[in-house]
Amino acid sequence: MAERIIKLPDVGEGIAEAELVEWHVKIGDIIREDDLLAAVMTDKATVEIPSPVDGEVTWIGAEIGDTVAIGSALVKLKVAGAPSAEEPAAAPEAPKEAPKPAAKPAATTEAPAAKAEASKPAPTVEPPKAMTVPKPTRGVVQAIAQNPASRRAPGEKPLASPAVRLKAREAGIDLRQLSGTGPAGRILHKDLDAYLLRGPDAERAPGLSEKTAVTDIKVVGLRRKIAEKMALSKSRIPHITIVEEVNVTPLEDLRATLNKKPTPERPKLTLLPFLMRAMVKAISEQPNLNALYDDDAGVIHQHAGIHIGIATQTPTGLMVPVVKHAEARDIWGCGIELNRIAERARDGTATRDELTGSTITITSLGALGGIATTPVINYPEVAIVGVNKMMIRPIWDGTTFVPRKMMNLSSSFDHRVIDGWDAAIFVQRLKELLENPATLFIDG
Amino acid sequence: MTEITCKLLVIGAGPGGYVCAIRAGQLGLDTVIVESTKLGGSCLNIGCIPSKAMIHVAEEFEKAAHAAAGKTPFGLTASAPKLDLKQAVAWKDGIVQRLNNGVAALLRKSKVKIVHGRARFRDGKTVIVETETGPRTIKAETIVIATGSAPVELPFLPFGGNVISSTGALALTEVPKRLAVVGGGYIGLELGTAFAKLGAKVTVVEAQASILPLYDAELTAPVAKHLAALGVEVLLGAKARGMTPKGNALLIETAGGEEKRIEADKVLVTVGRAPVTNGLGLEELVLDMDGRFIRIGERCETSMRGIHAIGDVTGEPMLAHRAMAQGEMVAEIAAGLPRAWDKRCIPAVCFTDPEIVSVGLSPEEAGKAGLEIKTGKFPFAANGRAMTRHGEQGFVRIVAQAQTQLVLGIQAVGQGVSELSSTFGLAIEMGATLEDIAGTIHAHPTLGEAAQEAALMALGHAIHI
Repeated sequence: MAERIIKLPDVGEGIAEAELVEWHVKIGDIIREDDLLAAVMTDKATVEIPSPVDGEVTWIGAEIGDTVAIGSALVKLKVAGAPSAEEPAAAPEAPKEAPKPAAKPAATTEAPAAKAEASKPAPTVEPPKAMTVPKPTRGVVQAIAQNPASRRAPGEKPLASPAVRLKAREAGIDLRQLSGTGPAGRILHKDLDAYLLRGPDAERAPGLSEKTAVTDIKVVGLRRKIAEKMALSKSRIPHITIVEEVNVTPLEDLRATLNKKPTPERPKLTLLPFLMRAMVKAISEQPNLNALYDDDAGVIHQHAGIHIGIATQTPTGLMVPVVKHAEARDIWGCGIELNRIAERARDGTATRDELTGSTITITSLGALGGIATTPVINYPEVAIVGVNKMMIRPIWDGTTFVPRKMMNLSSSFDHRVIDGWDAAIFVQRLKELLENPATLFIDG
Repeated sequence: MTEITCKLLVIGAGPGGYVCAIRAGQLGLDTVIVESTKLGGSCLNIGCIPSKAMIHVAEEFEKAAHAAAGKTPFGLTASAPKLDLKQAVAWKDGIVQRLNNGVAALLRKSKVKIVHGRARFRDGKTVIVETETGPRTIKAETIVIATGSAPVELPFLPFGGNVISSTGALALTEVPKRLAVVGGGYIGLELGTAFAKLGAKVTVVEAQASILPLYDAELTAPVAKHLAALGVEVLLGAKARGMTPKGNALLIETAGGEEKRIEADKVLVTVGRAPVTNGLGLEELVLDMDGRFIRIGERCETSMRGIHAIGDVTGEPMLAHRAMAQGEMVAEIAAGLPRAWDKRCIPAVCFTDPEIVSVGLSPEEAGKAGLEIKTGKFPFAANGRAMTRHGEQGFVRIVAQAQTQLVLGIQAVGQGVSELSSTFGLAIEMGATLEDIAGTIHAHPTLGEAAQEAALMALGHAIHI
């Protein structure tokens, strides 16, 4: 048998290290070639590391959340065959034969619980009778005592020492209201003392109980990236947010008309491609909004190309795929690209390139989107446009109230580089364009 | 007629009554206790204490007799013992007298006023006591009925002549050659065993199919075996029918329905005890009854406000220590303390040979209660102390809840196991688990080690077996 060290491969993107976010194996697992070992996260994307060989895991080199340098040892495997080249000719056959009995367990490596279950009936040799007497442990007793389900049956006397019973009676406490933390659910002095401090359960709704458990969840992977990014944005950027309402009734009418006969080239449009077109038009008049602010260097990189990030909720967390060069796409082009990258982000196949490079961002919670929001700027951008929920509201047209499809835009700006005036101009321009959708299609 | 007014009046100075009065006195209550006979009640005067004294005499006599017969395995010999039963009874009476005096002293120390005489209720707050110097009226805020119980008389075997009660048996000045015992409960077997050891030919007539119906067959088996070894004949399923006209034999109907004569110099009738309520004037109060007994609640309150009842007069189990616990509780209630009966167990002890002790639930009782149990049983045959006492018969048995290891009951049968009742009771009252008992160091060599081993046995890892 030989040892094989699996190192963290170069996952591309020109990075030097990656964060370990998931283990698919544990020590003792038998794995086959191409079985997944682990997943690491680079700036944006999660990369899965497969095993290049069959073998048994004997060592793992990092814990979830650790940053692992490219090329450092990730896993050690015990593999069939000898390390030396002077092995008999038959040796190369061995690796193929040896792992076969292990093939079954290997299939369950991704479900340790199932494996444990499956292995239970395995022992066929009955231990001697004397050994089969179940040996109760303190743990068992404790678990029963603390399990609310083990609360006593109606009429059953609470378990407590005479001193505790006397103390309870003197304090006017019915011990049946208490649950004990002692062995077999025995009510201890400290349980009674705690109850006396806490007050009677009777004042609470029946069936409700205090919960004191704390679950520690390590912030790793995408969540950590999001946390870091948001903290950076909010700590560095002084946000100003403008909320403006937009009458999207004509836009919605237009959209309904355009969506009547969708084709592969012209699929159904959501509201976002229209907004993207409006942003392209507004930015052509205010290019300072399409910029990245390198505040360390004191330089604003104002981009000619408009790359619109779309904040997207994925099963693993918030991601921002990017519609590149929105200025070069028509409304359907924007729609098609938006659908494609959003889908890739959701199913976890988006590349790093598809997740980077935005110059301005849209955030939309769709139908959940509230009346107003306070969008956090996608650092180091300087502006973000938030879309709120569209709803029909009564609008005064000068003589009467009429129902109108109204939608609020909540847009935030980096006040270090964007003044309120400019921000307001930008928002008003978006409103004007969206309320007069025909103007979106007028070039120049 | 002098009238006494007090806070608490206790009627009956048995173990329930005098404990109640002493505790009330300790708590500063103005307390009066009324007793028509001797302080200490049945327990002290004609029950527990004198019977244990006579049982001890019998044990000592038997040991000497064994030594005389060369039956001791450790080589002790003696000449044939002689017993002066009169002196033994006098010794017993001396103990009783000392304890009587002790109770009187304790009552005085607690500033309890003792009134000798028979009490009769006039109303719920007033009692008339017929004393030697005439009737006295006692008015009390709270009255405790603690009148106890008396042996049940069979109509066809009235006490008198050769038919005696336990009281009579304890006062015998000669050992009867042939003693018939009607009733195979603990009183009949305790006294029957003692007289058998003193040389009487004892026959026990029991109507039930087993002796000691309070205990299960596993516990009573060593007792039955030893009764046979003592030459005690036990007739189960047999009914006493009466005495022969000459009064020298007991007529019975055997389990097979046959008539049989049992020659007997004395016939001891121990078929149970009945509450003493006659002559108390209870008809003036119309208390709720529970059969023959006074019905009480968890604070020993009767159906009438301000009147409590404790002890045998309130029903089973008719045990002195139950009455004592009730008495103490009622005194505290009378003093305004918040108290109620919340005991987990009342130990029961049978001073046969071997002794039996039972605390909490037996396996059968736990099973009937729907509890999933495990048991551990350790025999005295594997206990060093039992061997050195030449008393290897019997065992300790622990019943525990299977899931939680909570000890539900502990029973034992064996020589001297009555003294283990305290630790058994403490374990259950404290809510001990098997591990608590197993994890307690038990002194070596003692009989108590068998309890620890029984707990270990239930946990699956007894050491000494």
